[in-house]
Amino acid sequence: MTTLDDVIARSEHRSWISRVSSRQLFWVFIAAVLACLALSILTDSFATERNLFNVARNFAFVGIIAIGMTTVIASGGIDLSVGSTVVLSAMVISVTMEGGMPFLLAFPLALLAALLVGVLNGVLVAYAGMPPFVVTLGTLSAARSLAMVLSDNKMIWNFGPDHDLLIWVGGGSTLGIPHPLYVLAALALVMSLVFRWTRWGQHLLAIGSNENAAILTGIPVRRMKVSIYGVSALTAGLAGVLMAGWLGSVTTNLGQGMELTVIAAAVIGGANLAGGEGSALGAVVGALLIEVIRNSLILLGISTFWQGMFIGTFIVVAVAFDRVRHFRS
Amino acid sequence: MSRLSLHSISKSYGAIHALSHVSVTVEPGEVLGLMGDNGAGKTTLVKIIAGNFPPSTGEIRVDDQPVTFHNPRDAQRHGIEVVYQDLALCDNLSAASNVFLGRETMRSLGPLRYIDYAKMNRVAAELFRQLKSETRPRDLVRRMSGGQRQAVAIARTLLSEPKIVIMDEPTAAISVRQVAEVLDVIRRLRDHGISVILISHRMPDVFGVSDKIAVLRRGELVASKRADQSSPEEVTGLITGAIEAA
Ligand SMILES: Nc1ncnc2c1ncn2[C@@H]1O[C@H](COP(=O)(O)OP(=O)(O)O)[C@@H](O)[C@H]1O
Ligand SMILES: [Mg+2]
Repeated sequence: MTTLDDVIARSEHRSWISRVSSRQLFWVFIAAVLACLALSILTDSFATERNLFNVARNFAFVGIIAIGMTTVIASGGIDLSVGSTVVLSAMVISVTMEGGMPFLLAFPLALLAALLVGVLNGVLVAYAGMPPFVVTLGTLSAARSLAMVLSDNKMIWNFGPDHDLLIWVGGGSTLGIPHPLYVLAALALVMSLVFRWTRWGQHLLAIGSNENAAILTGIPVRRMKVSIYGVSALTAGLAGVLMAGWLGSVTTNLGQGMELTVIAAAVIGGANLAGGEGSALGAVVGALLIEVIRNSLILLGISTFWQGMFIGTFIVVAVAFDRVRHFRS
Repeated sequence: MSRLSLHSISKSYGAIHALSHVSVTVEPGEVLGLMGDNGAGKTTLVKIIAGNFPPSTGEIRVDDQPVTFHNPRDAQRHGIEVVYQDLALCDNLSAASNVFLGRETMRSLGPLRYIDYAKMNRVAAELFRQLKSETRPRDLVRRMSGGQRQAVAIARTLLSEPKIVIMDEPTAAISVRQVAEVLDVIRRLRDHGISVILISHRMPDVFGVSDKIAVLRRGELVASKRADQSSPEEVTGLITGAIEAA
């Protein structure tokens, strides 16, 4: 007994450094840090308070949704509808607040609208057995359309009696740190614990790793899937509310194309598109790298038209790395 | 008293009759060898006994009590455990996590409940030791050999002092030495009074450990008799249809 434990302890001890450095996460983090250093040296504008503030906030939005996306990807699915869920939630909170509803009522209502999108995704995937790609492509279209109907496709910039509160929640800062970053940090912490220490987290990875095994061992796979897509939609809804407050106005093209950035962040952070792997911390680090690169394109005067090229390349390269890693092991 | 008895179990997938009127009994501490060609309905029968889906018609009794399983947990609660054909393991989880999958040991911290990995690792290590396997509880299943994976799948069935362990083709994808180990495990289970249903294509394995042999052909039970009153030749004839029934 002791000998077995000794062997385990020794092997774990010996490979600690090699294990950390073999993690994709580690290298992505190093890349992000190097990019920050390079930008601070190459440009005058990167390390300014104002720019860092903006980068931090954009990074927070992408990171928040990437955590939800990681949940879905780790379970072997994909959620293309997050960008549209962002605008739906932002529209629900802005339209209702413009109509006089207090923030404390409008906020849960916006989250509820987002949750409904997620539950619809989950039910269609789990109970109707439809492919996640198709289902969430459908809700991508439907949710944004609903946001247009809600707002009559007009920009909303007056959030009623609680206007200043919403602006403060999404756009304000405390102790010099923008509020969305607090939300991101809290969410990352909670979801890291959930992934590692709860049945929900274990079963999620089990489903992504071998769905058939999960079914055979009696894990409630269908209910799990509904909750997983629900979580993804909730993170998008949360980001939508914060973005409404940050921008101070909401238009129906909010969050357009965001699903790709978010998927890229999740995949760069180590979420395996084949399922079974992914971490909240990875999603955050992936989002950090993406946002720093995006900012660098702007600061270095490279046309923003190139952004899509970079994000697309990132997704492909990250997946390619993953293939190579699995091929070797 | 029969440990497990099936009464006229039928199952159809749409137009396909996978099982028709299968009746068979297993006594405590008895090893039943279940044989049949590909598509004969063996896996379907296993999944019905394990609660993966209900039979179209028919009755299952455990210790002479009629039971209805809505899911695998119901069957587990009645002491029925299964090692599936493809072992049903999750590559990205540790051996211990796989052993406890769906039945994780939890600890409480105030209102919070979290997975007790330390205890799971300890119990899994103990089970692997019983099975004389060198599997380490913390290792990822992805890096394991066929025999170690087998040990994980079997350890899973021993978690809750089962009454009946069903093994679907446990010796299909492993080496000769590992086959001998699995057969040893089956004998040890039997010695503890656990009933085993062994599904295998390999005649020597089945005759090496079985007390009773049952043969399925195209969803029908064509034989159910003591192993020492049968022979590999007879069973081969029954499987192929050269012998109608015995
Ligand atoms: N999920 C399913 N849907 C439809 N037909 C199935 C399904 N599973 C098995 N079958 C059919 O039922 C029959 C019995 O299959 P199975 O129980 O897997 O046989 P065995 O394990 O003996 O090879 C086969 O004809 C097979 O094609
Ligand atoms: Mg089979």
